[in-house]
Amino acid sequence: MDTGFIIEKFILVAVIFGISLVIAMYSTYAERKVAAYLQDRLGPDRAGPFGILQPLADGVKMFMKEEIIPTTSNKWLFIVGPGLALLCACIGTAVIPWGSPMEIGGKIVPLQVADINVGVLYIFGVVSLGVYGVMIGGWASNNKYSLLSAIRAASQNISYEIAMGLSIIALLLMTNTLSLKTIVEQQHGLNWNVWYQPLGFLIFMICSFAETNRAPFDLPECETELIGGYHTEYSSMKLGFYLFAEYINMFVSSAVMATLYFGGYNYPGMDYMATLLGPTWAPLFGVGVFFFKIVFFIFFFMWVRWTIPRFRYDQLMNLGWKGLIPLAIANIIITGVVIAIIEKF
Amino acid sequence: MSTQVFYFVATLSIIFSLMVIFAKNPIHSVLYLILTFFTFTVHYVLLNAQFLAVVNFIVYMGAIMVLFLFVLMLLNLNKETEPVKSPLIKIVGVIAGCCLIVTLVGSFKAATITSPLILKNPGLGLVENLGKELFGPFLLPFELSSLLLLAAMVGAVLLSKRDEVEI
Repeated sequence: MDTGFIIEKFILVAVIFGISLVIAMYSTYAERKVAAYLQDRLGPDRAGPFGILQPLADGVKMFMKEEIIPTTSNKWLFIVGPGLALLCACIGTAVIPWGSPMEIGGKIVPLQVADINVGVLYIFGVVSLGVYGVMIGGWASNNKYSLLSAIRAASQNISYEIAMGLSIIALLLMTNTLSLKTIVEQQHGLNWNVWYQPLGFLIFMICSFAETNRAPFDLPECETELIGGYHTEYSSMKLGFYLFAEYINMFVSSAVMATLYFGGYNYPGMDYMATLLGPTWAPLFGVGVFFFKIVFFIFFFMWVRWTIPRFRYDQLMNLGWKGLIPLAIANIIITGVVIAIIEKF
Repeated sequence: MSTQVFYFVATLSIIFSLMVIFAKNPIHSVLYLILTFFTFTVHYVLLNAQFLAVVNFIVYMGAIMVLFLFVLMLLNLNKETEPVKSPLIKIVGVIAGCCLIVTLVGSFKAATITSPLILKNPGLGLVENLGKELFGPFLLPFELSSLLLLAAMVGAVLLSKRDEVEI
């Protein structure tokens, strides 16, 4: 392990971390603007041109507010909860390939922090760990609404993880690898996995909505029933951590969807662009394309939130267990049969 | 390097698993158990068994322990509702503990300190090799264990459905 390698990875991690935080920050702004657009309002427009400084104002507000720790709460776990939520949201970015290897000063730099050979499962593990932040925070608040919310979050995550895992299995049958880097390389040009796995993608997307606790599956923070859900007792930056974690989760799951099903940094005509721009700028253009896809999915998340009303709890469970899981299993069987037939002839 | 990491993580696993037993609050016990499983994941990575590490991470830390926490959060465990243990049980516990110590001392005496990280077949824990092993020489036990899990699942569904039929 030479020093150059460590510095290179360190810079990459810092850049990715910074970008995820900035995107999460501006997602809050985008969410309000999208909501305003869909409801025929103006949205925030006071701070700076078009309200572009609104996230900064919100951040300052979060930092300046009084920090309250309820006396009946479990103090340590009350602090650990939001920290864990943000940590689990951030570590998912480590295995995502942001672009094809880039040449900087005669040195080939891979635009991926770690290419581990179980990348898909790593993402899956991080997602399943994400629920602990909500559960621990909800329990430590010592408030019955928070506790109910924590329990809802746990059962929702467990239920939708199964369908999510099953939808990924059908994809893995086709790719024959668990490494995200290889999966993206297989989708060169317009050879995206979504054309082969439309049903799998649909199931995966619905499950990502449920795993990130976004509407229409935002039952853990359902205001009409549970006040604020698991963050009822939270104030100041600890509340900010929970809200931030939600937006970073949205960013990461958009990136995962774009990587697994929509070709990551691949786009039609990329070979031509590679000869046109050279080995330094073409990968950067690919990164731009990848971020365009991510931003589209983030917009999609918001679009759905302001269009579809929230599910009832029994509807949520019925959809997960009786709708998505049988569909995902059928998808696996069909994919397996088709692959067997193709290999035979 | 990796030997030192092993000893560090092994110490952590022992400390956390002791904390599981000594924690007064059952929720804290479960949280320490999660940490213990996390150190096990690190052990698997040190043994170059990345697939096992991630599966341990997903299944034990991500699913089973969530259900443990779920159940414990639903149970309203107070000091008053905790059953008072009779002295007879305490005496039996002390005797059983002493027997365990004797067994442990006996087994430790026979054991010798070996280098902890030498593997006969370093690639065994990777996905491809593990899959070939499971679906090759160990196909029958593998399928039988899946049948066992299926039976457990059907049993659980049956138990939860039984009251509904009687009403």
